[in-house]
Amino acid sequence: MTWITKPKLHHPKLPANALGFTRRDYEGSVSTLCAGCGHDSISAAIIQACFEIDLPPHRLAKLSGIGCSSKTPTYFLGQSHGFNTVHGRMPSVLTGANLANRDLVYMGVSGDGDSASIGLGQFAHCIRRGVNMVYIVENNGVYGLTKGQFSATADKGSKSKKGVGNPDSPMDLVSLALIAGASFIGRSFSGDKKQLVELIKAAIAHKGAAFIDVISPCVAFNNHTGSTKSFDYVREHNEAANALEFIEGKEEILVDHDPGTTINVTQHDGSVLRLKKLAEDHDPTDRASAISFIQRHNARGEIVTGLLYVEPDSEDLQDRLGVTKRPLNSLSDADLCPGNDALEKINAGLR
Amino acid sequence: MQEFIGLAYFAEIPSVLIDVQRGGPSTGMPTRTQQSDLLVAAFAAHGDTRHVLLLPADPKEAFEMSAQALDLADRLQTPIFVMTDLDIGMNEWLVDPLKWDDKKKMDRGKVMTHHDLESGRDFGRYLDVDGDGIPFRTYPGTHPDKGAYFTRGTSRDRYARYTEEGPVYVDNMERLLKKFETAKSLVPPPLKYNAPKATRYGVIYFGSTTAAMDEAILALNEKNILLDRLRVRAYPFNDSVIDFIKSHDRVYVVEQNRDAQLKTLLLDTGKVDPAKLVSVLHYDGNPITARFIVNDISLKHGLEKSAKEAVK
Repeated sequence: MTWITKPKLHHPKLPANALGFTRRDYEGSVSTLCAGCGHDSISAAIIQACFEIDLPPHRLAKLSGIGCSSKTPTYFLGQSHGFNTVHGRMPSVLTGANLANRDLVYMGVSGDGDSASIGLGQFAHCIRRGVNMVYIVENNGVYGLTKGQFSATADKGSKSKKGVGNPDSPMDLVSLALIAGASFIGRSFSGDKKQLVELIKAAIAHKGAAFIDVISPCVAFNNHTGSTKSFDYVREHNEAANALEFIEGKEEILVDHDPGTTINVTQHDGSVLRLKKLAEDHDPTDRASAISFIQRHNARGEIVTGLLYVEPDSEDLQDRLGVTKRPLNSLSDADLCPGNDALEKINAGLR
Repeated sequence: MQEFIGLAYFAEIPSVLIDVQRGGPSTGMPTRTQQSDLLVAAFAAHGDTRHVLLLPADPKEAFEMSAQALDLADRLQTPIFVMTDLDIGMNEWLVDPLKWDDKKKMDRGKVMTHHDLESGRDFGRYLDVDGDGIPFRTYPGTHPDKGAYFTRGTSRDRYARYTEEGPVYVDNMERLLKKFETAKSLVPPPLKYNAPKATRYGVIYFGSTTAAMDEAILALNEKNILLDRLRVRAYPFNDSVIDFIKSHDRVYVVEQNRDAQLKTLLLDTGKVDPAKLVSVLHYDGNPITARFIVNDISLKHGLEKSAKEAVK
């Protein structure tokens, strides 16, 4: 555990972003997770991504369920409202918060225990509804807080720390998100910060349900030989489908030098996702081919990472419901209450 | 469901739940009516909780109380249950036309604004500033560096910082109880109707029993069984509910469930003699009738009379 509190003072030359904030302004309280936990690297990537896109920290709301992963929202963005909800039920709280104020960025942080077992129904439905959010699953294949039982994402045949094999088929959240209709799907590895930061930046800019599955080894209970979620295993089997570069709309797009291997996807807000293709058989804008691509590689025991699917002209829950552009929590009595005259008409209709 | 209600109670999230009570337990009689969720609603979730219940008598009152429940939820920052039943929720009723007072304004409760925070007011999400147990809250995104907090279902101090220190936990639980006490004065008070002549007997009832009781009381008067009536409209009970029991020798408690759930709540609330409360219970799934109330009270009243005469 990291018990030494970092001093608030920082180097005067620490770079600031367009808002005048340094990276330190995006930090939270000190992590109480095990030293070396993949989750802390993900928190660091979230901090880096928010700093780089000049996001005012208080304009993001962070929500989580229960578990090691769900503890992490206290470790980043200390000036953001946060809500640590109940096991597997973060999606419905996030959906409610999103409906109350559509102007904020919503970040849901969950784990494989939280999202792939008790919360599977909630996970699928908030994605199906296209809630505008970044949904990150910090996926380590075990229940860390209860000392290392297999979770639903543990691969069949993978070994527990005590050497017992997992007899059950794994739940692949990326495939599930594709089928449920997510309009942005990425997978990354907590050990690949460069890739993860770009994915988080792109996901924040994305409109609709953006899901990122991050393989995040549990150093205490799932980092041994025989595990398929250990640092060594993931490094050996990581097959990046592409290399993503997130370009904000205000930046000028230079002419591509290698048009055959680079795809530019423009999102609704003008941001551009520049994808350098690494896998020949992958088209990130075709849902059906993305599913078969992932399944093919899964069958070979490879963990495909990168931006796996994106729908550039995506819409979100509020668009589909035709909700007013003004945040619902800012509406007044006059906006919301049709008054006694309208009620009289209802009464008349019931006579 | 229970877990979420516990979360809303502990993290103090305004919420309204409308319970259309049907015949339980389990799927029970899903197309029939009962008033058998009172206890599960009043104490929903694991751990120590107490929740506010509103008890409408008919669709008109259900409309009014649902609007009031939204205000109370924001004011008290806690779940509010509107306890209707299948009879109110799904049967056709004849009620007075619904009315809305156009002068009425929504009550969003204690919300600190950007201006409040800027003026230097101390913000602690679970800080009891006014002594009524109700803290202030902020909406997410209000201010760049003041007013943000991280809430959760785990114990925390007055400034929403995680803690497992015993005294801090107890302090918070006591405040929640104080808030529940504050609720007593904010919820709809009971309605009392006196018998034509002074009497030592009373009856307490609520919800969809009301219409049957209005009819039954006339028949009981004719039989010279005189009862003062008290219709409770909310839990926690106003002090006048306990005073009503104390001022009568015997009080019939009429409700539509097997286990006398309203009576249980009454006995839990005030120091009253349990022997004073006589249950009149109807729970076969059909709405309670005036005939049932008259017959059951007549029988129990007669038994009491004959017992007293035997003593003489």
